[in-house]
Formats: sequence, C-alpha cells, structure tokens
Amino acid sequence: MLGGKLHLPFVLVLLFLLAAYVLPAGIAQDNRSIILATTTSTQDSGLLEVLIPAFEKDSGYIVKTIAVGSGQALKMGEKGEADVLLVHSPEAEGQVVAQGFAVNRRLVMHNDFVIVGPSGDPARIRGLKSGKDALKSIARAKTLFFSRSDNSGTHALEKKLWQAAELSVEGQGWYQQTGLGMGQTLNVTAEKKGYTIADRGTYLSLKKMLGLEVLVEGDPSLLNVYHVLEVNAARWPKVNARGAKAFSDYLVSPKGQQIIKSFGVEKFGSALFFPDAGRKEMEMY
Amino acid sequence: MDLILEGLLKALHLIVSLDREVIAITWLSLKVSGTATFISVVIGISLGMVIALTNFPGKKLVISAINTGMGLPPVVVGLFVTVFLWRNGPLGFLNLLFTPSAMIIAQVVIATPIVMGLSIAALQSLPPMLKLQILSLGATRLQMVWTLAREARLPFMAAIMAGFGGVISEIGASIMVGGNIKGYSRVLTTATVMETGRGNFDIAFALSIILLGLVFLVNYIFTLIQQRERPR
Repeated sequence: MLGGKLHLPFVLVLLFLLAAYVLPAGIAQDNRSIILATTTSTQDSGLLEVLIPAFEKDSGYIVKTIAVGSGQALKMGEKGEADVLLVHSPEAEGQVVAQGFAVNRRLVMHNDFVIVGPSGDPARIRGLKSGKDALKSIARAKTLFFSRSDNSGTHALEKKLWQAAELSVEGQGWYQQTGLGMGQTLNVTAEKKGYTIADRGTYLSLKKMLGLEVLVEGDPSLLNVYHVLEVNAARWPKVNARGAKAFSDYLVSPKGQQIIKSFGVEKFGSALFFPDAGRKEMEMY
Repeated sequence: MDLILEGLLKALHLIVSLDREVIAITWLSLKVSGTATFISVVIGISLGMVIALTNFPGKKLVISAINTGMGLPPVVVGLFVTVFLWRNGPLGFLNLLFTPSAMIIAQVVIATPIVMGLSIAALQSLPPMLKLQILSLGATRLQMVWTLAREARLPFMAAIMAGFGGVISEIGASIMVGGNIKGYSRVLTTATVMETGRGNFDIAFALSIILLGLVFLVNYIFTLIQQRERPR
C-alpha cells in the first residue's frame, strides 16, 4: 500500500532529476559561437570533422554546423539565420552577393563532379568526354537517372547540364527525383542500377558500398567549386560578423588549406578536395 | 546478412569500448527526451485532469483537438518551432534555435497531447460514480482528485511511456530545430540518419540498436514501477 502511494511522485522526482541535468545545456548565445550553413557534401565526406575542431582549437570559437543543400544554406544566409556559408552553387551565390545578403565571397577549394552508373552501362556513356553528351545518351536510351532535386549545388549543376544538352526531362518516366542528400541519392541509384551525378568526394567515401562506377569525368563543365561567404551584418545585425570572418579567414589561410589538401589522402588514396585560396575564378575553368 | 552481423558487432564494440561520442549522443538523447517527457507529463496530466473532471461547453471539441494532437507529425512541429525561433522570428531574442533546449521545446509540443489525451481517456474510463462515491465519503475536492489519480496510475504510466516513446524515436523536429550539431545537439536518431547518408551502415545500425536498447531499458523500468503492486 505504501508503495502504491509513492509511485507517481517517485517517477516525477526521477524525471525532475533528469531535467536538472539538461537545463544548463541550453546555453545563451554569445559571440563565441558561429552558425555555419553548408552543403551535405562537406559533412558527408568527413572534411568538416577535421577542419572544424582544428579551427575551434585555434580560435576559441564554437562552430555550429548545419549541413543542408547549398540552396537551403544560401537561403539561411539570405534570412540572416546563419553567420557564414560554405557552399558550391556559384550562380546562386552570385545572386545572394548581388542582393547584398552576403559579402566577401572567396574561393576555398574545388573537386569535380562525376557521372556514375552501373558497370553494365546500358546508355553507353563510358569514356565520353563531355557531361552534356553523356546526358544526351542517357536521355536517348531512357535509362533511369536519379536527380537530387533538392536545390543543392549538385542539383543546380545537373539542371545546367540538361539545359546545355537542350533537353527537358521534367516528367519523363526515366527521370526520377529523390529529393534526398548526395549519399542517399547514391544509395538509391545503386539499388536501382541507374545513373546520377555526384561530387567526387561523397562518391569516393561511399564507393565501397555502392557498386557504381565513374563513367564520365574530367569535363570542365563538371568542375565543383566551393566558396565561403560571410553573411552581411549590415543587413542582419544579429549576425556574428567577427566570428564569420575568423572562420572564412581560417579556411583560406595556409593552415586551413593544408588541412583541405591532405584530407582523405590516407583513407582514400587520393585527396577529396583541392585547395584554391587566392586563385582567380577565371583560372579554374 | 553481412550488414546485420557487422552492425551487431559494431554496436557491441561501440558499447563495450565505451565510445565517448556514442555515449555522449546517447546521454543527450536521454536528457532531451527525458526532460521533454517530464514537462509534458506535468502539463499533460494536470491539464488532462482538469479537462476530464470538469464540464464545460465545447469539451468534446477540446478533447478531439487533443486527440488530433496525438498524431501531430514531428516535422510539422519542427517547422513551426523553427519559424518561431529564427533569429529574426518572433522568439528570436531567446537565441534558442539549434540548441538542445529548442529540441526540448519541440518534443514537449509533440509529447504533451499524447500524455494529455491518454490521461483524459484514463480518467474517463474510471467508473463514473466513483467521483460521487469518494465525495460522499467526506473527501475534500483535492482528496478526490488525488484518489482518482491514484486509481488511474496504471494508464497514467502508459501515457508517460507513450509520450517518451514518441519523442525519443522522433527525428523530423530534432534535426530541424537542433541542427544535428556534432557534440552539441546530435542525438541517436539524427546521427543514424546522417551515418546512413554517409554510407556508414554499420555505425547507423549500431546506433539503432543502442536506441532500441535504450527505449527498452527505460520502458522496462517504467513497467516495473507500473506493475509493482498489481495484486489487489
């Protein structure tokens, strides 16, 4: 009987103790923390897990990484909900800068996109020199193609290529939209034995699981360029401008660039990203 | 088949080796969902009792609204909480977006209707004359409420378990308002999704097994408490 009386209060006390543990976890925002909105590829490849702890140690800032598609990351910048953006959607970036939402856009690194597909290669694109021609073949053969369709940098590039190939693919049965991140889209593509466009970093880090092969690469139109942008504090006063600048500076500093250069060499046998700080945009293509 | 075996081994390895990151993630899951459950139990049971034990116009409408809330999709909650907590949103001055506190808020919104709805059902399933009986024995109103609550304690515990189960397994809101920030707001569910995206199926599998184990353990403890003095 006595036990019966104690039940509910006992549980409540138990839960209350739990609560007491958590409340300190909700820290007040101070200017030591930076919100970084970035693309999934930088997180999924594991680069940020090396880069950010190194920066935090050097600078004392805490970086809160929000990994979303480039489109969403830029949108967060436009709304002043992030402090600094690391993205790979050059045209959309240009617009955000032109509208005054972000400043100080700087080149950080590049790698490239590859067109991957099953080893059987039903659309016969293996070895083609141009991304555009490869997409034309895929469309002609009507083989399954998986699109990210999430406004990411990869999706932006894919749309540009379809445009260059003068094909409208929306609504075609063989053109399927996953609406997922790069890693998951690669998984779907592998399961369904279709084609897709992926950044090399994510492809390499997933390669052993997939059974997809790189069929087209090396076309200048498949270049994947990452920029860092600082959200304009003049427009959004709540932005941590100093922190954003510190992080951007670090990315293009010799130290940051060295980390980018050596990342992945040990694990994948080749670098996943190539540092480009200080280079001119034009030299890239 | 390999994957399942690999996942099991990996999970075992992560647990046995006391992997610091995994432990921190597990602990945060428990803290966030435990706190959210606690808050929603306080709100849900007390308000649920008021609603169940009083009569007012529109009572049926209110109860249907609560019952609808029991099926509130976490992503919808996540989206609303995000919009409110944006730096430049109505509650932006609190600086809560992308913090564990924001996750607690979202999870409270998810769990409260569950706890409240089940509490109301629990109280309403008691014999209707019980209330009168207790009062006629000379109990004060407060004593009457307390006695009814004690009568309903088994389904109340079920309500708490349902609330906890709803939030610990939830992902849509956590990833939106918490941001899945490493070492800060990453919980078991969001980490599982991320590792799946990275193709680390073994780790994702291990995390799911840990999550299942955790939910089982918590529910086991609750069930023990619930069933302790069954014979009557």
